[in-house]
Amino acid sequence: MSSAILLRAEGISKSFPGVKALSNVNFSLRRGEIHSLMGENGAGKSTLIKVLTGVHEKDEGSFYLEGKPISPVSPQDAQRLGISTVYQEINLCENLSVAENIFIGREPKKRGRIDWKEMNCRAERILSERLKINIDVTKILSSYSTAIQQMVAIARAVDISSGVLILDEPTSSLDKNEVKQLFEVMTKLKSEGMGIVFISHFLDQIYEITDRITILRNGEQIGEYVTKEISRSQLVSKMIGREWGKDSNQENKNTRKEVQQVFVSAQNLGRRGMISPLDFTLRKGEILGLAGLLGSGRTEFAKVLFGIEKADQGVLTIDHQQIRNMTPKAAIDKGFSFCPEDRKVEGIVNDLSIRENIILGLQTKRGLFKYIPMNEQREIAQKYIELLNIKTPNMEERIDNLSGGNQQKVILARWLATAPKLLILDEPTRGIDVGSKAEIRKLILDLASQGISILFISAELEEMVACCDRVIVLRDRKKIGELDRTEMSESRIMDMIAEGVPVDET
Amino acid sequence: MKHNFYKITQMKIFWPLVALAVLLLLNLFLLPGFFSIQIKDGHLFGSVIDILNRVMPLLIISLGMTMVIAKEGIDISVGSVLAISGALAAAMMEHTSVWVALLAAVGVGIICGLWNGVLVSVFEIQPMVATLILLTVGRGIAQLITGGQILSIDNSVYQYLGSGFLLGLPFPIFIGAAIFLIMMYLKKRTAMGLFLESIGNNMTASKFAGIQPKKMIILVYTICGVCAAIAGIIVSANVSSADANNAGLWIELDAILAVVIGGTSMRGGRYFLGGTIVGAFFIQTLSTTIYSVGINPQIVMVVKAIVVILVCLFQSQEFRKLFLKFTKKKVSFS
Ligand SMILES: Nc1ncnc2c1ncn2[C@@H]1O[C@H](COP(=O)(O)OP(=O)(O)OP(=O)(O)O)[C@@H](O)[C@H]1O
Ligand SMILES: [Mg+2]
Repeated sequence: MSSAILLRAEGISKSFPGVKALSNVNFSLRRGEIHSLMGENGAGKSTLIKVLTGVHEKDEGSFYLEGKPISPVSPQDAQRLGISTVYQEINLCENLSVAENIFIGREPKKRGRIDWKEMNCRAERILSERLKINIDVTKILSSYSTAIQQMVAIARAVDISSGVLILDEPTSSLDKNEVKQLFEVMTKLKSEGMGIVFISHFLDQIYEITDRITILRNGEQIGEYVTKEISRSQLVSKMIGREWGKDSNQENKNTRKEVQQVFVSAQNLGRRGMISPLDFTLRKGEILGLAGLLGSGRTEFAKVLFGIEKADQGVLTIDHQQIRNMTPKAAIDKGFSFCPEDRKVEGIVNDLSIRENIILGLQTKRGLFKYIPMNEQREIAQKYIELLNIKTPNMEERIDNLSGGNQQKVILARWLATAPKLLILDEPTRGIDVGSKAEIRKLILDLASQGISILFISAELEEMVACCDRVIVLRDRKKIGELDRTEMSESRIMDMIAEGVPVDET
Repeated sequence: MKHNFYKITQMKIFWPLVALAVLLLLNLFLLPGFFSIQIKDGHLFGSVIDILNRVMPLLIISLGMTMVIAKEGIDISVGSVLAISGALAAAMMEHTSVWVALLAAVGVGIICGLWNGVLVSVFEIQPMVATLILLTVGRGIAQLITGGQILSIDNSVYQYLGSGFLLGLPFPIFIGAAIFLIMMYLKKRTAMGLFLESIGNNMTASKFAGIQPKKMIILVYTICGVCAAIAGIIVSANVSSADANNAGLWIELDAILAVVIGGTSMRGGRYFLGGTIVGAFFIQTLSTTIYSVGINPQIVMVVKAIVVILVCLFQSQEFRKLFLKFTKKKVSFS
């Protein structure tokens, strides 16, 4: 193999107050390979990327690009060297158009002015040819779903890249189809001799696309492996630093007994433009899944149920009581809780500490004047930091200093702490590592067996089939069917979703 | 030791305190007798006491403004509300009892605050524009109330609020302290602080967490309105008259400055009541100093502006870094 080293990191160390995020890490990326960084949440993957691309200053070590030492001081600087990056927390401008986002800082010019026509044209071409997405590129970015935003960020990076492309969890909010498109692009770039760093917590994707894996644990480099030569259980064991028992990954057999008592039901509940009216019931202690592609209305239905979006028709009944005019506050008072899909926008409050982020939901439930005493706050925060294994030196740390997966855990903690009767989980394990995912799945089953109803939304059908008692399948913002435990299987759900014309993502 | 010092310099209140200390030191040298305090008839007198007394209207308004800014808003109508409340109290006292007049003055503050709050939260008008309406219309209303004249006030209870003494100290100090304590209580013993900071930082996530932003927004603008009204009472009581044209003119700017100097970001989020107090003291001391060292009145505003710019620059971490780099270079050259 002509595996000339393209990019090399040597002895990289980086500390934050109270955490050694990287210690003496080596890493090398060859020309024409896709290389994965693997490790638990908080292992230091994103930090390595950020140090390499000049977001953070490194403490020690050096980087070499084609043998020459480099030390970019900013992402723009790194881009000039040919390293382009999609960071885990996408940093696009929400209120600029899609085209502007793709070309920001390098707008095509004509006679000294921005050539808008050319820009829109080229943006459209990049998106449709490379990633097979057809959208109106003149609309502002925030009018699109997280998945599309993710794809736009990728399109931008791919278009800029020359040499090295870094993708930090680019697939966390993508569906199978988009992932397929992305992989096609990556394969093509790889054949052109580019080096690609790819971070993901999905083992399937790692094995499908990568050539090599570098494992990090607690900021230390454990080793570099050829993907084909390492088994999944070996890989995970190395990541978590202990044996990965088969059983911890096994399907959790659903042994809960059925309860007949209905907790929530809806007749004809819907909102024009978001979700067509549908019926549903959810019993106590039942796990109900909402399956469907991105944009099929699964998130929209959850939002209507929780009162974020007002239903414009239909009846919602909670505990035999009809509810009109649902608002998030009313929903929380009724025992609902909603772990939203987009943690950056809808979840975390950056300025606040981990503790404050955890107790926020419980505090709104108790109300403005029943302030939770400080020691109770600390107890609650401590409890969930331990339960969910949130990696932080201190609960008073700002939440945006946590790694992506750990932020997700904080949001989950916020909603568990409200002691809900209905837990709506919209992609609750997004960005969470393999080990924690299994733990959280166990926790969800546990909660259900205590009588808590759960509405579960996930793009991972495997996870759905393993957990859910029943699944509602959505397509084109309509309910197209319902499967109970005996009828449920991944392929069956896939078939239902795929029947008829595919959904257009706009 | 070094680490501890670093920690202290990182505290939001550190730089405003330094600025205030520098200013006070300057006064110590420039104005002999600045810190001396005399006792006359059991009342304390002196420049410091004077500053303490004079700053109160600004301080109270700044406290209200802090909460508005915490939620990423702004209220530029406070000066006009101050004028309305003073005018209304003065006008009503001619016919009714002082207590009714006081209630009416505070009531009008509530109404003005509600008005602003509803415009911002329900109609989602940008705070600057929404409060601009009351800024301009408010003075007109105040003039209508006073009939275009300066109303004089002749009521000893009312005057006491602005110029009386309690325990040797000017009474407004106690009003200011009470308001500060109430706001600290709201921040530390209720969820108000948490909710405001959450809304100011991430409105969408706050909605998802069940906070009702509209209610909170109306609440903070109302609090700010009440603060402005109370300041109006103090101002008019202090000079025993209500002047619709000039009372509280430009006070919104000083208040915003006090908040910013105190470390609260205009972008919303974390807010610092203690910092605001220091900020307000700084501005008042600066004005007093400038006047008493006899700087030409025509350039007073310029001097004030320069000092404020310096303070703001030193609050910025980026600037401090640049400054350090620059001074270090100089040192190594010499
Ligand atoms: N700006 C920061 N300030 C303080 N600590 C930080 C900061 N950024 C990262 N950390 C800490 O460094 C460690 C490594 O974080 P990093 O984001 O690299 O993890 P990761 O491997 O990307 O995890 P994930 O899979 O959850 O994205 C974590 O313990 C995190 O809390
Ligand atoms: Mg990461």
